Amino acid sequence: MGIPTQDTVPPPAKPSATEQKRAARGATRPGDRIFLGLTRGSGILLLVIMAAIAVFLTYRATLAISKDEGNFLTTFDWNTSADPPVFGIAVLAFGTVVSSVIAMVIAVPIAVAIALFLTHYAPRRLSGPIAYVIDLLAAVPSIVYGLWGALVLVPHLNGLYSWLDAYLGWTGIFEWQGGAPRSMLTVGILLAIMILPIVTNVSREVFRQAPKMIEEAALALGATRWEVIRMAVLPFGRSGVISASMLGLGRALGETMAVATVLSPDFLIHTSLLDPGGGTFAQNIASKFSEATDFGRDALIASGLVLFVITLLVNGAARAIIARRKEYSGANA
Amino acid sequence: MAKRIDVSGLTAYYSAHKAIDDISMTVEPRSVTAFIGPSGCGKSTFLRTLNRMHEVTPGGRVEGKVLLDDEDLYGSGVDPVAVRSTIGMVFQRPNPFPTMSIFDNVAAGLRLNGSYKKAELADVVEKSLKGANLWNEVKDRLNKPGSGLSGGQQQRLCIARAIAVEPQVLLMDEPCSALDPISTLAIEDLIGELKERFTIVIVTHNMQQAARVSDRTAFFNLSAVGQPGKLIEIDETERIFSNPSVQATEDYISGRFG
Amino acid sequence: MSHAVVTDKRPSTLRGASLPKWFAWATAAGSLALAVGIGLAAGLHSKVQWGLIASILFVLGTYVISAKVEGPRQAKDRVATSVVWVAFLLAVVPLVSLVWTTVSRGVKVLDGYFLTHSMGVVADDEVGGGIYHAILGTAQQVGLATLIGAPIGVLTAIYLVEYGRGKLAKSVTFFVDVMTGIPSIVAGLFILSLMLMLDMSYFGFAGSLALAILMMPVVVRSTEEMLKLVPNELREASLALGVPKWRTILKVVVPTSLGGITTGIMLAVARIAGETAPILLLVFGGNFINSNPFEGPQQALPLYIYQQYGAGSSAGYDRAWAASLVLIAIVMILNLAARGIARWKAPKAAGR
Repeated sequence: MGIPTQDTVPPPAKPSATEQKRAARGATRPGDRIFLGLTRGSGILLLVIMAAIAVFLTYRATLAISKDEGNFLTTFDWNTSADPPVFGIAVLAFGTVVSSVIAMVIAVPIAVAIALFLTHYAPRRLSGPIAYVIDLLAAVPSIVYGLWGALVLVPHLNGLYSWLDAYLGWTGIFEWQGGAPRSMLTVGILLAIMILPIVTNVSREVFRQAPKMIEEAALALGATRWEVIRMAVLPFGRSGVISASMLGLGRALGETMAVATVLSPDFLIHTSLLDPGGGTFAQNIASKFSEATDFGRDALIASGLVLFVITLLVNGAARAIIARRKEYSGANA
Repeated sequence: MAKRIDVSGLTAYYSAHKAIDDISMTVEPRSVTAFIGPSGCGKSTFLRTLNRMHEVTPGGRVEGKVLLDDEDLYGSGVDPVAVRSTIGMVFQRPNPFPTMSIFDNVAAGLRLNGSYKKAELADVVEKSLKGANLWNEVKDRLNKPGSGLSGGQQQRLCIARAIAVEPQVLLMDEPCSALDPISTLAIEDLIGELKERFTIVIVTHNMQQAARVSDRTAFFNLSAVGQPGKLIEIDETERIFSNPSVQATEDYISGRFG
Repeated sequence: MSHAVVTDKRPSTLRGASLPKWFAWATAAGSLALAVGIGLAAGLHSKVQWGLIASILFVLGTYVISAKVEGPRQAKDRVATSVVWVAFLLAVVPLVSLVWTTVSRGVKVLDGYFLTHSMGVVADDEVGGGIYHAILGTAQQVGLATLIGAPIGVLTAIYLVEYGRGKLAKSVTFFVDVMTGIPSIVAGLFILSLMLMLDMSYFGFAGSLALAILMMPVVVRSTEEMLKLVPNELREASLALGVPKWRTILKVVVPTSLGGITTGIMLAVARIAGETAPILLLVFGGNFINSNPFEGPQQALPLYIYQQYGAGSSAGYDRAWAASLVLIAIVMILNLAARGIARWKAPKAAGR
């Protein structure tokens, strides 16, 4: 069995056994050196893996893109078995961004409200258990959300769809021509439900850390609860909420199975959010993978590389905001 | 603009723990009343019951009456928000709103209570900062954040913020304990001036401070750790420090415990 | 008020006009009733719509009434309160529905037979069959992933906390953060690109490698947190006794935080046990029992759910729900156990 990456993974048991022996002999310096080497090696291994992901994905992606007859970024087609192959990520980029934006628009305000509910409104006896349950919900596997979305959520959305069509259909964005509601809007709603726990959790942490002193200052001036939140909680929480949203966005962008189960994909850009169809990077990979040739897989890897870069940027931005916030609060402490 | 406070039979709890027990006293208008006593005797808790800040602490609850010129703060239908805008408070550590400018800090209370014209607002801010002896130091940088000031200046900013809404009573919870001696002196002078206009209650750890600034002094004590704090006596400051009627007061003041 | 009043903008009373305590409940009940009325009158079938109408009516009604009686400040405060409550209830509905549906529909076919049999002789639209092969696959894939991911994660965390100074540590910290955000499908594609290069086909361990990549940053983060909680005095006490640093770490620091580290690893295991995408790309699934993770396609629970759903038959849906219930149960048990350990170990670790 030639397992490719096995040689890069240090077998964990062996070195610690040699360490024990050295320790018994009292050879302290070598023991320290080996242990340091081992731990530092693990850290370096992580860096190597990250680099390898970037390198290998890029390599396979170039194999595919070099033969692409269409423009990889702007082509509205995914025809990898044609000769010459024509494929591009325009539809996927559109779908990924649209579904994630819908998810954010729905989830972030609700998550912020729930976080405030837990920190400032709910009776204390209630807020502890609720926070705990939300923690647990964050652990529900995405495929279960997908199954629920496809079999429970989708049938329930018919009413909402006809409603949106009746009152907002004139905008074009909410026009509905019938058909099962397996559209970008549904995907966005499901993604919103999925990222709600994580955005709530991070926001709650942030709000809880808002300085009590300042809240008391507002209270003592005769502020109502809402005014206290506006004066003394939200200003401190803003950057935290932004980074929480970015973490949620990162999840929504890369979510695969829930989108794959709920969406009925086609390779078109629909102006109406209610039209079934469209696609996302991750969903497209999962759906097209089993029938793809080796070349087709390289093309999917190329689209995965784009997703990788996007999520890196989003998560990097989130981390940068968190880091800056730490400095800020550190300077104040 | 200054009102009398009559407390009768006031008991405060943290959940099941009784923090202060059955306190009754009168706070005279346009005077400074100091609360002294060992740590944990409940003087700060008591102070916070006077503007209904105690109940903000989870589990905090109060029994008894606090009359502000005949009106019970704990009566049914009384809005704690209205109480707090009538009775101002200055905290142990200066707590200006760090995201607001000096001007906005002082104006914060006014903006809550209604819409004011710009000029009107500027007037009140100037008057309050002058009242807090801070105007000359900050008049050129009103738009800078309040957190950029020194500790003593921040505390005077907090006092300006509290007096900007013209409260009936001003509560001060160890306002100098986080400050250096010079800033402390500035605040003490300020208290002397403010009592012309406001009823002031100040909690202090520093007995010299109580002797310097207050007209009347209340001594609180607790019989043992974990027991509720009680009011031992309240009298003219001069009497408390020269000839108290209770032995424990004298012991505390002469430094035998606490 | 009887006393002589000095000019004061405020009403001299502390008693503003205020609405009774039952006001919020009454508004809620009223708007709910009204929403049901509107829903019935307009012939809206979906309860989702009824709920949305009720929520909007509740918030609006609260504002209008309160603004009239109590004034704009109180009204804003009340609206904030009602919005926050509505948001909470709005979020509870789908989450409760998710759990409820999974349990109620999952128990239909979930029994001993289901847990101990594979899909070997069952067609997609037939009833019967089970998830034995999927549980076996998940156990092996996740187990192997943990064997790789957990030690590397813990060692990296030790490096970062105990040795980590300078550029290397900084970049490791940064990339661990970045790695946390890698979508699982990208981790799958990475291993896939290796497999394509070596011309290999599906097998369980390939999935394990992808899962290990997803697991490592989670373990690093949680272990780091735990190691940072160990007071420096403990380290210094041990070092002062002449114990070399590496033994101090292994004998003092790690044992002190062992509970927390275990918790972190279990939470990471729970997370990767539910991953579907890498398994789909690398292990491929299947209906038969394959107990060798190093050769041939294997099934895994999450992928089983996806494939049973994809079958599109009602028997398939039933099996998908039952498998979901099992998967959620596994994940929740891991989570609860992990938190239990954390709680049980925490005071002891601090007191030692």
